[in-house]
Amino acid sequence: MGKRTTFQFSVLCFGMAFLYVPMVLLIVYSFNYSKIVPVWGGWSTRWYTVLFESEEVWAALTLSLKIALMNATFATLLGVLAGIALARFGRFRGRTLFTGMISAPLVMPEVITGLSLLLLFITLGDLIGWPGERGITTITIAHITFSMAYVTVIIQSRLTGMAQDLEEAAMDLGSKPFRVLTDITLPLLAPGMLAGWLLAFTLSLDDLVIASFVSGPGANTLPMLIYSRVRLGLRPDINALATIIIVVVAIGVCIAGWLLFRQQRQRERDMQMAATENLKTGY
Amino acid sequence: MAQQPDYSDRPWLDPNATPFIRVQAITKKFGPFTAVDNVDLDIYRGELFCLLGGSGCGKTTLLRILAGFETPTIGTISIDGADMTSVPPYERPVNMMFQSYALFPHMTVERNVAYGLERDGIAKAEIAAQVNDMLSMVELTPFAKRKPHQLSGGQRQRVALARALVKRPKVLLLDEPLGALDKRLREQTQYELMNIQDRLGITFVVVTHDQEEAMTLSTRIAVMDVGRFVQIGTPTEIYEFPETRFVADFIGSTNMFEGRITENGADHVRVRAEEYEADFYIDHGMSIKEGTKVWVAVRPEKVEISKTAPPFGPNQLKGVVRDVGYLGNFSTYRVQLSNTRIVAVTHPNQRRPARGEHEVDWDDEVHLSWAASSAVVLTK
Ligand SMILES: Nc1ncnc2c1ncn2[C@@H]1O[C@H](COP(=O)(O)OP(=O)(O)OP(=O)(O)O)[C@@H](O)[C@H]1O
Ligand SMILES: [Mg+2]
Repeated sequence: MGKRTTFQFSVLCFGMAFLYVPMVLLIVYSFNYSKIVPVWGGWSTRWYTVLFESEEVWAALTLSLKIALMNATFATLLGVLAGIALARFGRFRGRTLFTGMISAPLVMPEVITGLSLLLLFITLGDLIGWPGERGITTITIAHITFSMAYVTVIIQSRLTGMAQDLEEAAMDLGSKPFRVLTDITLPLLAPGMLAGWLLAFTLSLDDLVIASFVSGPGANTLPMLIYSRVRLGLRPDINALATIIIVVVAIGVCIAGWLLFRQQRQRERDMQMAATENLKTGY
Repeated sequence: MAQQPDYSDRPWLDPNATPFIRVQAITKKFGPFTAVDNVDLDIYRGELFCLLGGSGCGKTTLLRILAGFETPTIGTISIDGADMTSVPPYERPVNMMFQSYALFPHMTVERNVAYGLERDGIAKAEIAAQVNDMLSMVELTPFAKRKPHQLSGGQRQRVALARALVKRPKVLLLDEPLGALDKRLREQTQYELMNIQDRLGITFVVVTHDQEEAMTLSTRIAVMDVGRFVQIGTPTEIYEFPETRFVADFIGSTNMFEGRITENGADHVRVRAEEYEADFYIDHGMSIKEGTKVWVAVRPEKVEISKTAPPFGPNQLKGVVRDVGYLGNFSTYRVQLSNTRIVAVTHPNQRRPARGEHEVDWDDEVHLSWAASSAVVLTK
């Protein structure tokens, strides 16, 4: 038995190390005073100061956040519409084609998506003069096209799992279809919509390939900036930037986990309460 | 003096009554599969009508057609004289209580019940009053502010009922309303349902696959099998005079003996069952040709069991007791005949047997018999 637990323990350690050692290294080196990354020059927060003073970084961050916000919002809107159409409208004409086309961006290599979108924008620009300058608009549109596919899949699966009888009950009680949508379907879909929104947001923040294709001069998203800097060798200020991102993500995950946990516990307490009252009242 | 018979309790017998719900030649197909097959049905005002049948026979589908969630492939439906065939669910004077209750999880009990009234554009104060009335009727007032997941199964079931009733529909459809409840709660709720139905005078159509429930609740029962009605009648008619072997078997348990008609009088028939070397005499006449193959069906509780031979006559069998079940209020016996067939007999326990003793016991040779009026002859 001892042998086995030792083995399991070492596998676990190895796995964790594989996942987290790079991040720990990154965080440690972000506090390195030395300008040459692998050479330790003592603790310092110098690169954080450099980072905060760099206008380029601020511009890239603002651009990325703007794009991510717009993308998440529009992708959720469109994804919800598409998801509802797929899950609730029965077998309309062209449903199979629609399903296939919706999920195509999920499996398409990013390079191809990026390239084809770039071609589209160039052609459109030649034909109707829009979009004249590639930049924030074109990146946002490109991000919406592929994040929307992910949102659609989330919404569709939520709707398929959600019993249709709630919507039927509302209709039975006198609600016309649109009213059913606003009173029942959308409120119940809220967690799914939030999940979809967050996914679209991160997908957009994360994207380098497609953004590089459809971006124009002067419009650098954060991933593009990081990549262009690191291409010329490791840089301590980028380590500092990455550390900040890791901390923000970690805080986000912790908050989400805590909220979920609290909700779960509330639910359990409610169930318990109903059950004990049950014994008391006889119902 | 020819007096007009009183049909108020049995409107389906009244030749002048107009049906409240008319289902005419309804067929529902899902692709190539026929779920409801050319069904006709008349239900009268104030009835508590049960649709009874095995799993997958089309009960829910028929109910959903009545509610408007499915459009029939062929056929028409009218309620209270108005054609409903193509009226959407939200415009039908019908409410449904779903098998799953379908309570809105994001609304409180109160809001759930009020939802239907709000759609009708009734004044707020009026809605509050009606919701309160309804909640106190189903004894849920203390739970008004709870969400559905904070309720027990029985409470949820009553919220669902209240929500469907509060709009005072002309017809209430109930899909296995008591399916999720335990036996004690079921029986209690059955009587509550009957009470409420009586008080409000709403026509109920109840789907169930529990024959006992159907027998207790309903004014009439329609027995369904593979998308068709096999028999429609009062609980007594269905139980005492089943028309087919399917019905006899589905409702309660039955002993069935295959035989041929040997004599066919105006007020009786005789059946010879070669396999059992027995003759049966049934005291109701039937217009069946002699020699026709028929089945004689006898309910277990109509069979007399005794260790002494009854006077010689028809409707008698001999066998050996193979199994005795003491169920408290009555005992069941499984008697094996000489041709190895088993006959089930139930016998009420009217007096308390001495410790460890039954009147009839394992491996006893017994005589079975029944009265000429106890059996029915079935041709299909
Ligand atoms: N939307 C549908 N598409 C295809 N087949 C269906 C659909 N709805 C029902 N059916 C089929 O129609 C038949 C009747 O279904 P229905 O739900 O009416 O049965 P039921 O009598 O209510 O059974 P249960 O007692 O199990 O609820 C079943 O064989 C079912 O598979
Ligand atoms: Mg059903």
